[in-house]
Amino acid sequence: MTATHNDAAETVVEPRDVIERDRVVIRFAGDSGDGMQLTGDRFTSETAAFGNDLSTLPNFPAEIRAPAGTLPGVSSFQLHFANYDILTPGDRPDVLVTMNPAALKVNIADLPPGGVLIVNTDEFGKRNLAKVGYETNPLEDGSLEQYAVHEVAMATLTRGALAETGLSKKDAERAKNMFALGLLSWMYHRPHESTERFLREKFARRPDLAEANILAFKAGHAYGETTEAFAVTYEVKPAPLPTGTYRQITGNTALSYGLVAAGQLTGLPVFLGSYPITPASDILHELSRHKGFDVTTFQAEDEIAGIGAALGASFGGALGVTTTSGPGVALKSETIGLAVTLELPLLVIDVQRGGPSTGLPTKTEQADLLQAMFGRNGESPVPVVAPHSPGDCFDAALEAARIAVTYRTPVMLLSDGSLANGSEPWKVPDVATLASIDPAFATATNAPDGADEFWPYLRDPGTLARPWAVPGTKGLEHRIGGLEKADGRGAISYDPANHDRMVRLRGAKIDGITVPDIEVDDPSGDADLLVLGWGSTYGPIGAGCRRVRALGQKVAQAHLRHLNPMPANLGDVLARYRTVLVPEMNLGQLVLLLRARYLVDAKSYTNVSGLPFKAEELQDLFLDNLNGVHA
Amino acid sequence: MTALDLGLPTIGGLDGVPTTEDKQTAKDYTSDQEVRWCPGCGDYAVLAAVRSFLPTLGIKRENTVFISGIGCSSRFPYYLNTYGMHSIHGRAPTIATGLAVSRPDLSVWVVTGDGDSLSIGGNHLIHALRRNVNLKILLFNNRIYGLTKGQYSPTSEVGKVTKSTPVGSVDTPFNPVSLALGAEATFVGRAIDSDRKGLTAVLGAAAAHRGTALVEIFQDCPIFNDGAFDVLRKGDDAAERLITLTDGEPIRFGPAGDDGLGTFAVVQDGLGLRVAKTDEVAAEQIVVHDATDHNLAFALSRLSDQNLTHTVTGIFRNTERITYDDAVRAQVNQARAAAAKGGPDLQALLNGRDTWTVVG
Repeated sequence: MTATHNDAAETVVEPRDVIERDRVVIRFAGDSGDGMQLTGDRFTSETAAFGNDLSTLPNFPAEIRAPAGTLPGVSSFQLHFANYDILTPGDRPDVLVTMNPAALKVNIADLPPGGVLIVNTDEFGKRNLAKVGYETNPLEDGSLEQYAVHEVAMATLTRGALAETGLSKKDAERAKNMFALGLLSWMYHRPHESTERFLREKFARRPDLAEANILAFKAGHAYGETTEAFAVTYEVKPAPLPTGTYRQITGNTALSYGLVAAGQLTGLPVFLGSYPITPASDILHELSRHKGFDVTTFQAEDEIAGIGAALGASFGGALGVTTTSGPGVALKSETIGLAVTLELPLLVIDVQRGGPSTGLPTKTEQADLLQAMFGRNGESPVPVVAPHSPGDCFDAALEAARIAVTYRTPVMLLSDGSLANGSEPWKVPDVATLASIDPAFATATNAPDGADEFWPYLRDPGTLARPWAVPGTKGLEHRIGGLEKADGRGAISYDPANHDRMVRLRGAKIDGITVPDIEVDDPSGDADLLVLGWGSTYGPIGAGCRRVRALGQKVAQAHLRHLNPMPANLGDVLARYRTVLVPEMNLGQLVLLLRARYLVDAKSYTNVSGLPFKAEELQDLFLDNLNGVHA
Repeated sequence: MTALDLGLPTIGGLDGVPTTEDKQTAKDYTSDQEVRWCPGCGDYAVLAAVRSFLPTLGIKRENTVFISGIGCSSRFPYYLNTYGMHSIHGRAPTIATGLAVSRPDLSVWVVTGDGDSLSIGGNHLIHALRRNVNLKILLFNNRIYGLTKGQYSPTSEVGKVTKSTPVGSVDTPFNPVSLALGAEATFVGRAIDSDRKGLTAVLGAAAAHRGTALVEIFQDCPIFNDGAFDVLRKGDDAAERLITLTDGEPIRFGPAGDDGLGTFAVVQDGLGLRVAKTDEVAAEQIVVHDATDHNLAFALSRLSDQNLTHTVTGIFRNTERITYDDAVRAQVNQARAAAAKGGPDLQALLNGRDTWTVVG
């Protein structure tokens, strides 16, 4: 059916069969040095530009470059895209691209039978096979028979394509990831203008490398087009998302933009004090690029100095922010306590990772909830908010800033590794619709008896917030500190009754923060099972619920943005359902709070593998609960 | 781009802080809080000196901020009618750094002790000094832990018998001046609590210095380390122990000789310095103090051992280097100026370069 001529210039490309798919999951896997994150990121951009809904899961080792070709050095990027709105990066890939035997060995078990496997055969020599414990070549021993295997000598083909460029063999082979990207872009009809533009900008100082990578990309594309190895291509039509302007965004970028926006909406300079830590460092990197918005970034000598400087800036009337991960929060705890008693605005961003201790720096977990709630000495209440998707990190940052400024309090924002590095299409908000936040600095003395005195702890009767009087304001000179203060006047006080009153006041202030009611997604209105989550589990829980409903069963879903204080209607919501099920990527921290606070017999489901829940896993869990099967 | 890059004249430590023509007195700087140090504590003398000194700066009181850590001396801010924060142990330099970087219109002071700044807060101290943030650090060194009731500190002499070292401490103490110089400090001075004149002179120079100034103040704790510095205050040989520096002058000390100057002098000795009798050395052998000479400053700091045989006071080092806060603000201001043609565009930032539109 094809008429392929030998003369390349004369090649006639026969149109292939195009199969339409609703959704596809692709995983690129290779060595840490193979550029898999970049490859995945570019495919994501092309997919976003095409208008699919998408969700991504980068998965890489903590080591920058583990020894080449070894199992610990495998890095992967999974992308789920669809013609409808999707909620997760996908459980298992439909297409697995492996650049070496280690990537094959680590990832093959996730590929379902019949899945497409594209293998870079150039790396399958004896030595590389032996390095990862393959006694025989899996490409030859029949062990991959259940998959649709495509063997492509990517390095050789890339080298050939770049023969004329004058690049060394090694440099030329490094572009093989772009060859893979080109091949997949052809296979799924992705637009490629943005990739060419990206490569020209990335290698602006080395135009030869830019052109080489573009050549490799085009060679991959042409390879798919001209060889007969690939009988079909696939089409995934754009998803009918709500109208608006969209872009692709990661959680850390959205969070950074939320902080910039918070500065603009409060009219305050933003001061970030931070110490590099995975997976939060990208927020420091991103904010350091936006000084034009009156954003100052301070890379401190340690975690404690990062938050100390942020608190000092807050004392001076800036929006103080510190970004970190769990181990950093541990170090910052004393300063968070100081901020609690100083009652100054401060944002503490915890991008959670696997713990305890150094734990799993590049993997995700949500086991810092109780640390955020209680990880300080004394009665030290702090509001806690959590985003539920990468794009939602923007809104969560704004909400954290609103609470911090309005109530003069440190606020914990709990993101996590999967939100931070994962991406999705984000409906860009119209900045004109974002509500401003009034810092309402104190400007005059306020003594209730009319004396010309300033009382730094005289509270607003509505919010219980104290006045924020910044240095430079004449007549409001005052001293604050970590010692207990007299209610109202703010002088040091060791009076027992005063301490009791101040502890309760600080608690009442946080408990009284206005947060919206929790909304329940219960399409039938009479489900028996409520699944309650928080943070990044929103996607998998939602996907699990959809699957259960598609099977004709009833399940309700609710998700907490505010962990402290919790929504006022939460107790009523919990009481309405026969079963409340709480999946968490920890050993049951939210469920502990719910049981203590609401005396509800909530059930816990936990998984601390360092990877997000899978939709299938939760579907089975929900069905088991509905059908009375308990593991 | 920094002030130095632009070839601008260097500016003083108080430039940018609003001034006042109003006559201010020590009383204006006195808060309504009762001072609660132990009777005889050296902190009283320092507080009195600072209260008298601040009005002479001619800056607005509301633009003055004192930040402290934890310890007896860290109660200092409560007793001054300025803005102040009594923070947590060792962390005052971090808080002051954030404040000074974000508020160039403030005169920011840190009050700390030997335990606060050299033990729990040692890391922050050295990094503040190397960054050269425009803030002034007053290090009250009484060589003991007072607030926790008498344990040895990182400046206690070896063999110190305290509650936690009943048979004597064994670890080598820090020399705070040497440490500060090693941390690239641009201003290092030392004074004694009871020497109002000398203390005020060093404070004045510190205030005028743009950058981090470390002032070590020898301060007596009459309860747990009484008389630690008495050999410098009284007794026959006190004058022979105390060396006071004056920039540009030969370093002479001790009882006055025929020429009205000290009968002892500091002279070069290989790569270091030694003390000699003035009449036993040639005039040109006597070292002339130069506060911009890093090596000289360090050598002078090594003259004073833990036994205080020769103790140098005054200004060891006073040099100019672009401050961290000025440099950081210059970057921010430059970016803001670039964006100023219409202001920074938040919508453009959020949109990024690759957007697509979904139409209904």
